Amino acid sequence: MEAFASTAPVRVPLEHRFSPYTDNGGTTLAVAGSDFCVIAADTRQSEGYNINTRYSPKLYPLSNGSVLAIGGMQADASTLAKRVEQRLEWYQFKHDKPMNTQAVAHMVSTMLYGKRFFPYFAWVTIGGMDENGNGCVFSFDPVGTIEKHLWQCSGSSSKLIQPFLDSQMGHKHELLPPGELTAQRATLLVKDGFTSATERDIYTGDFLEIYTITRDGRTRELIELKRD
Amino acid sequence: MTLAEPLPTGGFSFDNVARNAMLAARGAKPPKATSTGTTIVGVIFKDGVVLGADTRATAGPIVADKNCEKIHYLAPNMYCCGAGTAADTEFTTALISSKLELHSLQTGRQSRVVTAMTMLKQMLFRYQGHIGAALVLGGYDVNGPQLYTIAPHGSTDKLPFVTMGSGSLAAMAVFEAKWRANMTRDEAVAIVNDAIEAGIFNDLGSGSNVDVCVITKDNVEYLRNYNRPNERGVKEQSYRFPRGTTTVMSRKVINFVDVIEGDAMDVTA
Repeated sequence: MEAFASTAPVRVPLEHRFSPYTDNGGTTLAVAGSDFCVIAADTRQSEGYNINTRYSPKLYPLSNGSVLAIGGMQADASTLAKRVEQRLEWYQFKHDKPMNTQAVAHMVSTMLYGKRFFPYFAWVTIGGMDENGNGCVFSFDPVGTIEKHLWQCSGSSSKLIQPFLDSQMGHKHELLPPGELTAQRATLLVKDGFTSATERDIYTGDFLEIYTITRDGRTRELIELKRD
Repeated sequence: MTLAEPLPTGGFSFDNVARNAMLAARGAKPPKATSTGTTIVGVIFKDGVVLGADTRATAGPIVADKNCEKIHYLAPNMYCCGAGTAADTEFTTALISSKLELHSLQTGRQSRVVTAMTMLKQMLFRYQGHIGAALVLGGYDVNGPQLYTIAPHGSTDKLPFVTMGSGSLAAMAVFEAKWRANMTRDEAVAIVNDAIEAGIFNDLGSGSNVDVCVITKDNVEYLRNYNRPNERGVKEQSYRFPRGTTTVMSRKVINFVDVIEGDAMDVTA
């Protein structure tokens, strides 16, 4: 006998929905400076009211020196990161040089749009250095819209942190001349942004992972956030 | 006999049911109440009962209050932890507290825990679960220490150790591992603290501090913020805007009073 959705007078066939997406929460953030790029994310991975793990990195350091930050669904994020890294390897073999950050960004955009009707549930941000040695940040929606930023925050705390960054880095409608945005100052703002967001967003917490990219290379820092 | 006004018939009025269905059909959304993801627990020990609660109140994914109170007063010998819809737990416990006070005055006796439990379950059952209050009721009366849970639909349990709220599984895991019969006061407070901490750290709906309430014969210790395991760290820098940051468009001072320096006021005792 066929299954039906309810006992209502109108008999409707029972639908078996395919729901392959889940949101694993968390926040990613990137700042582009004149000679540096800071890219950060918390490491909590959650589902509903549960914490799956306190340390599941959302930052993927790439072989070309850039860093990929992916929020949304962890399974899609790790798959996408793996495929991006594979494309970088093929590029290196073919051209005998690493792909530059701008090219990686445009490649990621086409990779995302390539799955236009079964998208990765992934909010991607790329941070790195451009050909001139300036920091650069690109962000994407799940279907490949590309945007270039000076600072960008996405994920569960984006609405808490982005306005703070706009205020402290944008300095709009301020009379006093702003001080220079150094990697040190950007890092302080990133830390305060994340500790504050951890206070009010239940999906952000546990650890904060920060990569600082300069002409000299890439450094990693791991800081504890509140675990409640 | 003819009455100018018909006598009230009693019971609920369902006049708005049809209206609400029509509104819902037209796409109107009913107001959403603040729900508290919560960990609340209770344990009976040798000389009384210990209640515990976390202090986080949430509105969806956002923490609405970092240090709210979830252990409510019912009577001098009774307290009640609330989980679920914040307003419902507050008003339900306040209403029953008032009724218990009047009942105790009327009878000239101390309120009994079963009485409070019965009043709460009858009220919640009457509202068929629409009052979203999940409660842990603890108290000490002529029959000794007692502990109940009351679910939103009105069902109750009488057990030596109980947990409720979104962190109930995390807290119950601690009780199942550590609970023993006839514990001392300090042992009971310790496992209540551990159970609440399990909720705070493992359930995203619970967080911040641990509140504890110890009820014994003729005594209550309300230990507000018994444990604070989640103090906020110091910020990296200050965010005060320096003087002169904003544009001053115009400036005008109006003196409403003339200040005259007179003799100093006598402030000696």
